[in-house]
Amino acid sequence: MRTRESTFWTWHLLAGLVILVVLGIHMAIMHLSKLLGSGGPEHDVVLWYLVKERSLNLAFAVMYVVLLGAALYHGLYGLRTIIFELTLSERAEKVISALIVFVGLVLFIVGSYGTIAFYVLKGSVGGSV
Amino acid sequence: MIEAVSVKQTEKAEEIIKTVRFKVLRYDSNGMTKPRVDSFEVPVKKGTTVLDGLHHIKENLDNTLAWRYSCRMAVCGSCGMFINSFPKLACNTQITELEADVINLKPLPNFDIIKDLVPDLSVLFEKHRLVKPYTMRQDSTELDSPTGEFFQSVDELERYLQFAYCIKCGLCMAACPTVATDRRYLGPQPLAQAYRYSADSRDEGHGERKDVVFSPHGAFRCHFAGACSEACPKGVDPAFGIQLLKRQAFMGALGLMRRKKASAVAPRVSSAKRLEGVPEAPKRTVS
Repeated sequence: MRTRESTFWTWHLLAGLVILVVLGIHMAIMHLSKLLGSGGPEHDVVLWYLVKERSLNLAFAVMYVVLLGAALYHGLYGLRTIIFELTLSERAEKVISALIVFVGLVLFIVGSYGTIAFYVLKGSVGGSV
Repeated sequence: MIEAVSVKQTEKAEEIIKTVRFKVLRYDSNGMTKPRVDSFEVPVKKGTTVLDGLHHIKENLDNTLAWRYSCRMAVCGSCGMFINSFPKLACNTQITELEADVINLKPLPNFDIIKDLVPDLSVLFEKHRLVKPYTMRQDSTELDSPTGEFFQSVDELERYLQFAYCIKCGLCMAACPTVATDRRYLGPQPLAQAYRYSADSRDEGHGERKDVVFSPHGAFRCHFAGACSEACPKGVDPAFGIQLLKRQAFMGALGLMRRKKASAVAPRVSSAKRLEGVPEAPKRTVS
């Protein structure tokens, strides 16, 4: 009962749900901790030692990769949809789909590599503040 | 006495209330002329419709004006046009309800123009045909040589009934912002009809429709603007039908969709006793 497009679209919805949850956690910890009393840092959240602390936490590292993947998939599928509404030829649509998959994969690999490498190397790649 | 009242009412109905100006977009796809707007003064009586106004113009002012119509009672779906920037049926729109002294008439948007107010609806019918808008079953023998009527409960009928009221007038397609930008998008009318048949308990054709309905230019391109449902003169809610199709796709992709078994032939009731006061049932259409 499924088609390729219905699978893509279902992933799009599920990715939206993942973003809602993960971004919600991110917002609660990083930006709304005072308002919600959710125990986030008191100081500027982008201070290096705080970033390092979070990135060495496995739960945060996993969350970053999941958020990156979900946001990239959700956003790029949306972009593909917008472009497809311009009434292009089937050939042009195939080229655009391939391009979007390529860009998405490259961005995901680069982003997740940074997160994983930092976690594995215990933060020894960074400087200090 | 009754006759006198009736005559008085007729006189009142014949009374001209006001005069409005029809501004009609004129264009002939076969001619060499550019599109232009012609103005006509039209007298309005109680109950005068836009279609009546067009007839007045044709009979008295300009016999070259072209539009399409047939039934005059919102059944055939022929006289759809853009009336004061909203897709409506000319026969179903009384001039007084528009509350305007100027009536702008254009052919339905999102369609090519044949002449004046006559749109080329062939693209609608082609897309409609793509979704296979008819009952499909595995037991083709029963379809070809029926032995009875397929059973359908009232609840099962309610699931698709409103979508069966579609008259294929094309107003929903003209109102749809996605059809306006994506010419390959199936559009609200074919998609709602795909749902109408897929939701029918007698049908088993969902699998045969899915490749078109759930294609990159199918149900997922609906933005849920709801303009189609707003425009439908028969109260059909195509936007809702498309959301129900999306739900089918979602459940199908997750493997949660229940496989539908088409309803069987209704058993013949021969020994039942009719209750007192209950009229005799009509004869079976299939013997």
